Amino acid sequence: MNNEQLKEKIRSIDSNIEITDGPQYVTLSVSPADLHKTALMLKTQADLSFDYLFCLTGNDLTDACSVVYHLESFKHRHCIVLTVKTANRENAVLDSVCDIWITADFHEREVYDLVGITFTNHPDMRRIFLNEEDWVGYPLRKDYTDNNIVLR
Amino acid sequence: MEDLFIISDAIQEEEYIINMGPQHPSTHGVLRFKVSLKGETVLGVEPHCGYIHRGIEKMCERLTYQQVIHLTDRLDYLSAHINNEAVCLLVENALQIEVPERVKYIRTILSELSRLASHQLWWCAFGMDLGALTTYFYGLRDREPILDIFEETTGARLLQSFNCPGGLMNDIHPNFIKRVKDYIVYFRKKLPEYDELLTGNVILQERTNDIGFLTLEDAISYGVTGPSGRASGFACDVRKHHPYSAYDKVEFKEILFDKGDTFHRYKARVEEMWESLKIIEQLIDNIPEGDFVVKMKPIIRLPEGEYYQRVEACRGEFGVYVLSTGDKYPYRVKFRSPNFSNLSAINLLSAGHKIADLVAISGSLDLVIPDIDR
Repeated sequence: MNNEQLKEKIRSIDSNIEITDGPQYVTLSVSPADLHKTALMLKTQADLSFDYLFCLTGNDLTDACSVVYHLESFKHRHCIVLTVKTANRENAVLDSVCDIWITADFHEREVYDLVGITFTNHPDMRRIFLNEEDWVGYPLRKDYTDNNIVLR
Repeated sequence: MEDLFIISDAIQEEEYIINMGPQHPSTHGVLRFKVSLKGETVLGVEPHCGYIHRGIEKMCERLTYQQVIHLTDRLDYLSAHINNEAVCLLVENALQIEVPERVKYIRTILSELSRLASHQLWWCAFGMDLGALTTYFYGLRDREPILDIFEETTGARLLQSFNCPGGLMNDIHPNFIKRVKDYIVYFRKKLPEYDELLTGNVILQERTNDIGFLTLEDAISYGVTGPSGRASGFACDVRKHHPYSAYDKVEFKEILFDKGDTFHRYKARVEEMWESLKIIEQLIDNIPEGDFVVKMKPIIRLPEGEYYQRVEACRGEFGVYVLSTGDKYPYRVKFRSPNFSNLSAINLLSAGHKIADLVAISGSLDLVIPDIDR
C-alpha cells in the first residue's frame, strides 16, 4: 500500500487515531492508553501486518517524553511511524509492546536506561548499558548534568 | 567410592552459572554472556552490554551534522563508510539536495569494498573461533589490498570519514579505478579457496549444521537483519527493497536461504561476497564525470521535524533517526544498530545446545561490540 491507501485504511479502522504526513512516512499519534491496542491492531490486521519493528526511539521533549516506533511489513513492504507521548515527564510510564514485537525487549530497556521511560508489563525492566546499582539519572534527558562530559 | 558417585550426580543436576567475557576471545570485544549451564548444555544466555558505552548519541546533541559523521565511524568500525553514508543521505534528503551521479557511484563502490573487507575479516575470525587458524591468514591476505585502496583514496584504512553532506571529501585517486579492477580479478581467483579451505571441512560441517536454528517468524520479530536474517529467509536487504545511492542501477541477487542454522548464516556471507564483486564490476567502468561534491553552506540547519534514513550495513540494517528543532545541532540522534537487535536473539539460538556451540552461534551472528553499546 502507498501512503494514501495506508491513511485511508487506518482511518476506516479507527477514526480516533491522529494521522499526519511526515517527510517520508505516515505518522500515527496515539495516547498512552491506546498504545498497546493500536500496536496490536497494526500487527494483526491482515492488510497492514506490520510485523517488523526496525527502530524504537525514546525522546525527551522537555514537557513530556515520547517514544517513536518505526514499523515495516515484511509481506506488503510498506512502512509507518507510530508515536506516543507520555502524560508527564517526571513519572513517564508506557505499556510495553515486547509481547507484539520481541525486539522491543532490548530496545525498551535501552530507552528506560537512557531516557527514563518505564514500560509496564515488560519482563525484565532493568538498565542495559549503565550500572543498575550506582548510576544516577538518565543521560539522554535534557536536564541531565555530568561534570565529566568532555564535549561542551 | 560410592559416596563420590552420588556427589558427581548432584553436580550434574545442578544449574551452574559461568561468565563468558568481557575478555573472552570469542566475543570479539567487551561483551559478557552470563551462561547458565546444566553439565555442558546451555540453559540460557543473558548478554550484559555496556562495557564500551561511550554515549555517542548524547555527544551528537552537541555536534554539528558534519561532526556527527565522524562519530558514526566508531559504531561499527568495519562498516564505517556505510555508517557515514547514512548520515549524509539523511542530511541530503532532508534538505532535498541532489548529489551528482559520480558521488553515488563512488559511494556505492566504497560501500561494497567495505562489505567485502568486513566479510573477509568475519570469515577468518569465524574459522579461528572454531579452531581453524589458517583461515585468519587467508582472510587478512585478501583484506589488505582493500585497505590499501582505501588508504590511497580516503587517507585512512579503517575509519575513513570520507563522506560529507553533499558528496565526498575529495575526488578518487587516479589509481583507484585500475587498482579496484585488478583487485576484482585477483579476488575472483581467491574466493573459491575459501570454500575449498573451510566450507567443505568436516569439522566446520559438524559444528555448524543444525545448530542454532532461527525461524523466519523469529527473525522478523527479533529484528535479526543482514546475512543472519537472510539465512532464515527474511528478505530484509535495504539495498534491494529501499534502494539508495546507485543500488537501483545494478543487478544483484539477494542471498536468501530458508534453513536458518549456523551453517547457512556462514553460507549467506560467503555468497554475499560474490554479489559485492558483481556490484563493483558493474559500476567501476561507468563512473560518470562530474563534481565530487555539491557546495553546501558551512552551517547546516535541518528544517524542524523527524527524519529517518536506513542503509544496509555489513551486519544488517543500520538506521539514523534525527529529531531537529531547526538548530545547527540535532535535538536528538538515535542510531539503530544492527548488532543490538541481532544480539537479542542469542538466548533463543543457543538454548539447548552445548557451550562450544555458543561460540559458533555468536560467531555466526558476526557481532561488533562498539555497535551494540554505542
